Amino acid sequence: MTQGSVNAVISVRDLVAGFGDQVVLDHLSLDVCGGEILGVVGGSGAGKSVLLRTIIGLVKKRAGEVRVFGVAADQASEAQWRAVERRWGILFQQGALFSSLSVRENVQFPMRQFLRLPEDLMNDLAVVKLEMVGLRPQDAAKYPAELSGGMTKRVALARALALDPEIVFLDEPTSGLDPIVAGEIDILIRTLQRTLGITVFMVTHDLDSLATACDRIAALADGKIVVEGPMATMLASDHPWVKEYFRGRRARLSVPEPTPGRR
Amino acid sequence: MTTEPTFLTTTGAGALRLSATGSWTIDQADALRALIAAAPVNGGRAQLDMAGIEGLDTFGAWLIERLLRRWREAGGEADLISVPERYRGLIDQVRAANRREVSKPPRRWGPIAKVEDIGRATEGFVAELGDLVGLIGLVTVAAGRAILRPRVQRLTSIVQHLDRVGWQAIGIIFLITFLIGAIIAQQGIYNFRRFGAEDYVVNLVGILVLREIGVLLVAIMIAGRSGSSYTAELGSMKMREEIDALRTMGVDPTEVLILPRVVALVIALPILAFLGSMTALLGGGLVSWLYGGMSPVIFVNRLREAVSVDDFLVGMIKAPVMAFMIGIVACAEGMRVKGSAESLGLQTTASVVKSIFLVIVLDGLFAMFFAAIRM
Repeated sequence: MTQGSVNAVISVRDLVAGFGDQVVLDHLSLDVCGGEILGVVGGSGAGKSVLLRTIIGLVKKRAGEVRVFGVAADQASEAQWRAVERRWGILFQQGALFSSLSVRENVQFPMRQFLRLPEDLMNDLAVVKLEMVGLRPQDAAKYPAELSGGMTKRVALARALALDPEIVFLDEPTSGLDPIVAGEIDILIRTLQRTLGITVFMVTHDLDSLATACDRIAALADGKIVVEGPMATMLASDHPWVKEYFRGRRARLSVPEPTPGRR
Repeated sequence: MTTEPTFLTTTGAGALRLSATGSWTIDQADALRALIAAAPVNGGRAQLDMAGIEGLDTFGAWLIERLLRRWREAGGEADLISVPERYRGLIDQVRAANRREVSKPPRRWGPIAKVEDIGRATEGFVAELGDLVGLIGLVTVAAGRAILRPRVQRLTSIVQHLDRVGWQAIGIIFLITFLIGAIIAQQGIYNFRRFGAEDYVVNLVGILVLREIGVLLVAIMIAGRSGSSYTAELGSMKMREEIDALRTMGVDPTEVLILPRVVALVIALPILAFLGSMTALLGGGLVSWLYGGMSPVIFVNRLREAVSVDDFLVGMIKAPVMAFMIGIVACAEGMRVKGSAESLGLQTTASVVKSIFLVIVLDGLFAMFFAAIRM
């Protein structure tokens, strides 16, 4: 690694990305250290998902440098990049479960792609993963269409963890879930990070997730990271959007203060 | 990066002691499996020393857990000793996993299973038939309501579908029917020539095309081309809850989605069948002229003698009925799509297969009917 902090597993330098005339990410730089949970926040359409998709190579960047495990996608050979892809797991916003495969087959899919294991061992492993994310073994035979929103996210998380990746990318892991399930997912991510020692790159809107799960937060606005640091830094920031987001009306509701006269 | 995992086996004080070293991770999957399989299992005391482990993931932890369970099942005692602090959480989680027995679906006995399958298939068939009849009823009601309270919106929708299933289909219909007309004429001339009856090729082409081939061919092509797209459209709308959204807004999906599609098809198919029949006659006439040496004037004169208006009517009467059938089957299959992409594909295939089958059955019924009334 040439620049950035020494143990950064993901390093983004001067990244520019966009669609057509529109520039979404404008010379953005960001480091993610090994073993931390980084939460990326930003308004709708600020480019959080674009940043995630650019790092994993689904959106083509226009300029700048993205290195994952020190490997840059555009300089690496096919095999090198494959090896990088093998070391991460991704949870897509809608789950992106394969609808024609059962839950068990979905979780086993990455194992089948990269490893040759006997069927009974793969079945055991699938159940281990499912139980880790809080599902029951009998859910393994279900199909994605039969799952609730929370279960879909859990299965998608189990699939992302199938190969014991070193980095997990989570695109809004708690969106569309009720606060109780969302809270469980937050705790789950925290626990998994502790037991497996993984690095988590999480895009989220959820203030509670940021408060309970994340070690560090990066706020994305105007195509750049405007503030970066733990919750305290966010609360102390003077950036207008960050101020509104963390200290606005909704934020106060989620962390209730004794306000006299309200209900 | 990862190092080969090993076991150091020592026996002492009545206990088997295995010291694990190396990386117990998924990268070493093959080596680990061989190692676990080769581990000695006897009924005695066993200890697994984890102090020397350099890396551990779920895979390795699960294999260790499996070995421990095997030892315990063999009646022995098994313990993990000196587990590094950072792996404790993972070990604990894996220990809790895979404990519950999953109830397997009861095994079915061959012949009984076959009978059960036949029963289920029959039940499904009857239910589908019921769905079809139900949808015909719904469409009729929706049509009645639309006639009583006409709306411009619906008309726009019909015109849009007419453009897609009618106008945009003309090219391919022209091409196929022209070729089929030409082929029938060529075969007719070639085979009739042996009896010196090649003039009768006009009767062959005229009657076959007007009564049967024209409308049948066009109906089959439309079932494949437009029926499948109806099913796919409605199916994906169903998958994305668009149809539920319509319902909750007090809009009847039959009226806004199915009726315009079926009406467009009922209008388009007779027109296409007419154009297709004419093109097939053109193809037949062209081949008779170039291959059979019959001038176009003679071909037209003979055609006038060979076919009656009845032949033409027989073909045309069938067209709207077949169109209605195709539309209803396609929409019914679309509404039957469930959440998965696989189900969408399955229903689209079913839509095409069923509507082609029904078109041919209808054609047979019509042939019997027209024969009975001597038309």
